[in-house]
Amino acid sequence: MALRDKKGRPLVAVTGMGVVTSIGQGKDDTWAALTAGKSGIHRITRFPTEGLRTTIAGTIDTVSVEPFCAPMLSERLAMLAAEEAVGQSGLKRGDFPGPLFIAVPPVEMEWPQRQALAEASGQNGDVTYADLLKAASTGKFKAWHDLFIFGTVADRVADSFGTKHSPISLSTACSSGATAIQLGVEAIRRGETKAALCIGTDGSVNPESLVRFSLLSALSTQNDVPEAASKPFSKNRDGFVMGEGGAALVLEDAEAAMARGAKILGYVLGCGEKGDGFHRTRSSPDGAPGIAAIRDALEDAGVSPDEIDYINAHGTSTPENDKMEAQSCTAVFGERMSQLPISSNKSMIGHTLTAAGSVEAVMSLLTIANGRIPPTINYTIPDPAIPLDVVPNVARDAKIDLVLSNSFGFGGQNTCLVLGAEPR
Amino acid sequence: MREVVVTGIGLVSSVGEGVEAHVAALQGGATPRTDLTSFAPYPVHPVTVPNYDTQIAKKSDQRQMEPWQKLGCYSAGLALDAAQAKEDAALKSAMHLVVAAGGGERDYAVDGQILTGLRSAANPGVYLNERLMSDLRPTLFLAQLSNLLAGNISIVHGVTGASRTFMGEESSGVDALRIAQARIASGQNDIFLVGGSYNAERPDALLIYEMGGFLWKKPFASVWDRPAQGGGMILGSGGCFLVLESREHADKRGVKPLAAIAGISSERSRRESGSVAKALREAATQLGAKPDVLLSGATGVKGITEEEQSALRDIAPNAKLHATADLVGHTVEAQAPTGVALAAALIAKGEAQEALVTSVGHWRGEGAIRLMKAS
Repeated sequence: MALRDKKGRPLVAVTGMGVVTSIGQGKDDTWAALTAGKSGIHRITRFPTEGLRTTIAGTIDTVSVEPFCAPMLSERLAMLAAEEAVGQSGLKRGDFPGPLFIAVPPVEMEWPQRQALAEASGQNGDVTYADLLKAASTGKFKAWHDLFIFGTVADRVADSFGTKHSPISLSTACSSGATAIQLGVEAIRRGETKAALCIGTDGSVNPESLVRFSLLSALSTQNDVPEAASKPFSKNRDGFVMGEGGAALVLEDAEAAMARGAKILGYVLGCGEKGDGFHRTRSSPDGAPGIAAIRDALEDAGVSPDEIDYINAHGTSTPENDKMEAQSCTAVFGERMSQLPISSNKSMIGHTLTAAGSVEAVMSLLTIANGRIPPTINYTIPDPAIPLDVVPNVARDAKIDLVLSNSFGFGGQNTCLVLGAEPR
Repeated sequence: MREVVVTGIGLVSSVGEGVEAHVAALQGGATPRTDLTSFAPYPVHPVTVPNYDTQIAKKSDQRQMEPWQKLGCYSAGLALDAAQAKEDAALKSAMHLVVAAGGGERDYAVDGQILTGLRSAANPGVYLNERLMSDLRPTLFLAQLSNLLAGNISIVHGVTGASRTFMGEESSGVDALRIAQARIASGQNDIFLVGGSYNAERPDALLIYEMGGFLWKKPFASVWDRPAQGGGMILGSGGCFLVLESREHADKRGVKPLAAIAGISSERSRRESGSVAKALREAATQLGAKPDVLLSGATGVKGITEEEQSALRDIAPNAKLHATADLVGHTVEAQAPTGVALAAALIAKGEAQEALVTSVGHWRGEGAIRLMKAS
């Protein structure tokens, strides 16, 4: 078997995968729930929801961290996913032979910390940042500097797994998880490393982040039946549902992986990306950047559109995304698109934002390995403008060799991956 | 491997705008401008506010951005102009973008009012929800979001190859340069816009570093003189973007390279006494550095600053040593790009043959970038 791709670059194999979501801890549990059509969306109990327009999310409530805040939960989810992935790969935890690329939510200090600083300042009148600074200068809050700067989650994961060189923390909004994989693929192809640890993590369901998305009218407000709120591609979809998750992939130069006798779980065959300068939150009306990203991924993988067996959709359940994604896919795949299965994991897991691209890459590889396509649940009212085979409501058995996984995000981010069972 | 060259620099800071003004100030050695009162007792290097209209034509775009994004977007425009790329829409649509970013500003008045109200709220959680829902400006989220500096550059300047945003304080600036350099050298891509920006004139930025005890609270002193008095950083507002491309690509466009990026080292270590000096010596060896000028990103933080100074003296005893922070303050994610900009300008002016830029993060991360005359 050729261990280089058609362009002469080292083939990139996946030798370890880990995942934690609101529907399961570990990839086996998550996969079982995903193919059973089980939703992880529920009423938020983590904080009071009175006064909010959206009161549901796919939070992960089984993982406890102290102090509870987005960076701590995101770090823990990354660690859990990486433990599973590195464990499966057989590479040594503590001395991982390559770099870390980790998609992390942009964090900042949260309200409990601001409140603690305000209280410590002794200010009994109007609180200002001068009071918070006064409290900060006592040195009593030293640990929060480390906790809330942007590089800390990556640093702790790098330290724990012994990855090499400077870890890269990145954000490309809702395509971040896919970008982390793309950076790992590129490093292996350049010959800089034989292995890379690629992670996406997001544990940021808190009042302010929920309100921010809510004020942009991005979230579903169908709170009555939480598990039915995320309904990608349905006519009555009205926004995404925030979810939490972490996923990790161990990528290796296929030749090195085989040489050490590692079990290869699949290949990352191609990565594509294209920027969009149309608008901060909306994509170009002609869909050109999304189309270009899909074509770039296919070209990078050296496969034709006809060879793709299944699309793991970005499928957020927002009116805009699902329409644009369907249009972009139809532009690339043509008439075949009406028969090409496309489903959205987000119908069950919610939108895990920074982690989504990583979670969905792992689910795509499990789709290939198990020969079963996870469904798009809550699909009861089809959108006539989106005449696609969304694998409605029930998983379907099928032989799947090549998957396209889409990720699109605010700020003109479009990143697509082609994952395969075998080298091309 | 292909030679990677710098063909455009966009720089804005307390010094003013444009690389020439910065090089003149660097060589003049005057005391940099600080604002001692607005955030007393914390000095900051305030940006000389540019005429944003010249690079961000639409007021509606300006309104969508907080200062850190405007500074970044403005300096990105200067870099595109300098690289003679601004008017070439096709070139910009293929140009990739790597941005080193933190996060954006908050609404300080709203934060203060909510904290005041929370103290007496009967149900603090519900009070918080109600106030956030009614008081947060919807567009503020986009002005805060890390990857939206890149997004704004795509919108305003039409740079739409694809963007990636790196976070992680000082290291993100080094890594942004490192990844762009590697992608050009390997032949994957031809041309990049790389850089970052920082707004120091905001209390939440000061707050995070003051919690850690990292801020200097006296009038300006050189970073090298601060450790003896306890050490500390003076944050600076500014932005720096660079156009990097392959030598062949620059030649084909008829654009003169300012300098070549010969190598980049970016590491992390568990900090302990001597670890910074060791990391810098190893980086210099790995890069084969023989600089005649050093552009240090030293912060002034006690311990690491003295270690860096002594290591640099060992690495290049005869090289002229400049501290970027003594010119523009500490601009965090933009610090390494700023050092590279100055180094490239000195090389282009013929005042140095080879430069080494260092970036020792205030808390973690040790990076070094070697620049040479283009071949």
